[in-house]
Parts: sequence; C-alpha cells; structure tokens
Amino acid sequence: MHPALSIIVFSTLSGLGYGLAFMLGLGVLDPAASATKVAHLTALALISGGLISSTLHLGNPQRAWRALSQWRSSWLSREGVLAVFAFVPLVWSALACWVWDDYHPVPGLLGALLSAGTVYCTAMIYASLRSVDAWHTRLTPAVFLLFAVSGGAMLATLFAHAGGGDARIPGLLAAVALIAAWTVKLSWWKRLRLLVPTSSPESATGLGYIGKVSLFERPHVNENYLTREMGYQIARKHADKLRRIALIFGAAVPAIILALMLLVVPEAGLGSSLAAAFAALCFAAGVFVERWLFFAEARHAVMNYYGG
Amino acid sequence: MTSLPTLPTPKKLGLVIDLDVCVGCHACVISCKEWNTGGYGNSLSDQDPYGPDVSGTFLNRIHSFEVIPEGGKLVGEAGDARIVHFPKSCLHCEDAPCVTVCPTGASYKRSADGIVLVEEDKCIGCGLCAWACPYGAREMDVAAGVMKKCTLCVDRIYNETLEEVDRVPSCVRTCPSNARHFGDLADSASDVSIMVAERGGMDLMPEQATRPVNKYLPPRPRQPLAECAPATTRDAGGASGFFAWLDGVLERM
Ligand code: SF4
Ligand code: SF4
Repeated sequence: MHPALSIIVFSTLSGLGYGLAFMLGLGVLDPAASATKVAHLTALALISGGLISSTLHLGNPQRAWRALSQWRSSWLSREGVLAVFAFVPLVWSALACWVWDDYHPVPGLLGALLSAGTVYCTAMIYASLRSVDAWHTRLTPAVFLLFAVSGGAMLATLFAHAGGGDARIPGLLAAVALIAAWTVKLSWWKRLRLLVPTSSPESATGLGYIGKVSLFERPHVNENYLTREMGYQIARKHADKLRRIALIFGAAVPAIILALMLLVVPEAGLGSSLAAAFAALCFAAGVFVERWLFFAEARHAVMNYYGG
Repeated sequence: MTSLPTLPTPKKLGLVIDLDVCVGCHACVISCKEWNTGGYGNSLSDQDPYGPDVSGTFLNRIHSFEVIPEGGKLVGEAGDARIVHFPKSCLHCEDAPCVTVCPTGASYKRSADGIVLVEEDKCIGCGLCAWACPYGAREMDVAAGVMKKCTLCVDRIYNETLEEVDRVPSCVRTCPSNARHFGDLADSASDVSIMVAERGGMDLMPEQATRPVNKYLPPRPRQPLAECAPATTRDAGGASGFFAWLDGVLERM
C-alpha cells in the first residue's frame, strides 16, 4: 500500500496525542504544576494536528462532516464520531487544570475512555479490511493501542519531570507499555513474514484449474490510480533496514533512557526533562518509521490482477 | 446509508463475462469510458492525456493472463496452456465491503436491483472503499476528487428513451465477440442464469467473502493441435496455398 505522508503523520501524531490525553485522564500528573497545563495543550495540539493532517488526503475535504453519519457500519465514521465526542471531556479537563488547578475524575476518565476508543477505531479501519492480509488481524488494534499508551506515558514522564513532580508512575507505565507494545509488534511482524496470502492470481482469475496464472499484459502501459495507491512495493532488504531503525529509535533508545531514569531517579529538573524529551522524540521517530512500514509492506489483493 | 440491504435483493442485475470468447480488443473499455464520461456523475478525467505520463479513470479494464499447466514453462508448451483475456469491472457484490466501509453514505447498494453506486455529491474522496474492494473495481477520479465505479449503466438499462436493444450496459452492447451478457442473476430462468448454470460460471476470489453477482464463464477445454487433422489435405481439390487454407476454413464452418 502507498505510504501516504498525511496518513502516517496523522496516525503517529494522534496516537501520541490520544496517549497523552489518556494519561492525563487517569490523573497521573499534578494538576497544579504548570507543566501539566502545557501537557493538556500539547495533547490537544497533537490530536488536532493529526486530524487536520488526515483531511489533507481527501478529494473533497469540505464535505468531511458527512463522514460522521455512517457510524453504524463504518470504522472510519466511528473514528470521526468518537474524535468529536472526545474533545468535550478533553477540553473540560484542560479547563479544569488551567482554571481551577484541579483534576476532575469524571471528564478525566471519560476522556481517557474516548481517547482509547478513537485509537481503536483508527486501527479497526485497517484491521477490518480483508483485502489487505497484513492488516487483517486482531493484533493490529493491539499494536495501535499499546503504541499510543507508550507514547502517552513517555510524554507524561517528560511533563512530570518538567513540572518537578514524581515521575515514577508515568515512567513505570511507559516502560511496561513499551515492552508490551514491541512484544506485540514483533509478533505482528512475524505473522506478516509467515503469511500465506488469502488470494492468488489463480483465485483472482478463477483459472487455477488450468494451471499457474501469471500476468501477461497489464490493461495499460502506465500507472493508474490502483497501481499508485495499492501497488507500492518495498525491497525486502530496505524493509529489514527500516525495521532495525524503528527498533533502535522506537524501542532501544527510549527503553534505555527510561530504565536509567527509573533506576537512578535523577533530580527533577532541566537535565532529566531533556532526557525524557529525547526519549519521547526518538520514540516518535521510531513509530513514524513503523507506521511507514505498516503501509509499505502491506500487499493488497488487487495486485493479483497486476502481477505484483 | 452504507449498511447493506438486509434481505436478498429481489433482482440481482449483473454481468456474465465469457472468458472463452473475449478476444481482448478493449472495445468495451472505450465504449464504457465514452458513455460514462458524459453520463452518470462527474466525467472520467484523464491526466496528461497527450503527454508521456498519460493516465485516467476507467471503470472497466482488460487484463491478459497466461496460464501454464503443470509441467510447462512457456505458453503453448504443455497441455492446455493459453492466454486468457480478462475483462474486469465492478462485480456488484452482495456482501460489498466497499459499501460498509464508506463513512459518508455516498456508497450504497440498491435494495431493488442490487446495483452498487456512489452518490458523488456525498463522497469526500477518502479512498477507503477502493481499499476495501479486492478486485480493483473502484478508481478515484483525480480531477473531481470523488470515487468512480461501474454503474451497470443505470442510466441506460432503465432508459425508455433508448431503443430496447440499447437498454443494456454500454460494454455489453459494444462487445464485438459477444463475450459480455447482462441480466438478472436472481431469476433462475433468465438467459444469464442459464448460461451460468450450463457453463459453470464462477465467482472471482470467493475467499474474500464478497459474494459477487457478476459471474465469469471459464474457457472451454482446448482441442490440442495434434488432434486436429490437417484440414487442407482432406478435400482441397488440388488447391494449394491460400486457397487450400480457405478451403479448409470453409470446410470447418
Ligand atoms: S467489485 Fe468491488 S466495488 Fe464492486 S461491489 Fe464488489 S467490492 Fe464493491
Ligand atoms: S471515497 Fe467516497 S464513496 Fe469511497 S468510502 Fe470515501 S466517501 Fe465513501
């Protein structure tokens, strides 16, 4: 599948944003600290930035509101509806923090729930497509949710340090979520490696009863919408290299920094905040590469008709 | 409304495509584009139409496959090897995944006749339905930013201002080798249903659980070349060369 920048940016940013919103909703940060106020704004900014980016690939973004109508059948529509609903408790929580220096559990927990729900819907858009074998697994929503929680907890650790508060709980959460996320992701990759495609050129043409089917001529010489959108192919060795990059930035570096900070427990201050920020940035870069591969490595059933 | 009709649609209008007969001439591709660029919804745009990177929106395309039986390496080497021309357009699936994923309600399946359509004024051009369709039957029009797909020429088949013979999809009307047929596949007495029953009409990618309405008729077993007596030696009456060949052809007709 074509790795469209707008969609990858959307899912990376909104994953971080909803993850942070989730942590704020659980009340792990001191609402009186000014860093927590910034954290609320950061979460809202990441979420909004992601949503705006996601509308960039639409052919007719002016009608985007219509996408809220088909929640009965469409995961994309459900994602939109939940994203809109989620803004209510998230903004309420942000106001409570800014105006009253307070954490309100009702909007907090509701916001956490809706944030997780939105990420789940995003993942289900992909996981529900039978036409893309790589995505069509329960592991896909698990990966999306765990990455969102890891990123959110990592950002929460950063804001806890910056606010001079106790960063052990978010730090511990981040470490646990990070391990869980990459464990599931590794089995997602393993599943992809061992995957036997659901459909083949033989089943796509119904001609398997005669023999082995291969493309003789495409319908046209040049690319078309389908081959551009779904014909993206990445060389195995490049994919392996990118997987290692994703693992180094998304897993190894943040894990080491988190472990050091949990074991050594540095003085809260500029140094520890910078370290936490560095960990979060590396993680974001790692997830970006992971998301890029999520698209680039996925093969669409239509390629059985295009010799890909 | 992108939920599918709950009951089986009383009619299942669709195409039956005969892979034994299609000669891969692309006439239906052109007639489809011609009719539909001026018909239902936005026109079917082309990008860079006279340049080196020409591409455009088509609702029907012809692929060609080679099929090589076990033991062969090249087409024609073993057994029943052959080239098969393969027309492909929307199959108007009964369990159309393209419909249920649509967030706006633009994609829908008509409960009366099962035709799958896009209401273009509602389409935001998210492209998700094209991802959901395993057959590549939907193409986003780059100029209009909306999804295009085969309408089964809904603006012809019910059009009483057209003569009766023209009230079939444009591709069916055009096909010079009669490889395309149109009818109601819910009616077991219809010509298309009989054809499907007699020839073993098949579904494409049944494992995708889309339950396509369109059916494909498999190529008939081929007569191996060796079994054909060289017709020219039979009764050519002394003719040679072109006339011997012509004689042979006439003989077989
Ligand atoms: S062929 Fe594709 S576009 Fe047509 S109904 Fe089936 S899934 Fe939808
Ligand atoms: S591209 Fe249009 S028709 Fe297709 S899913 Fe999106 S809104 Fe629906």
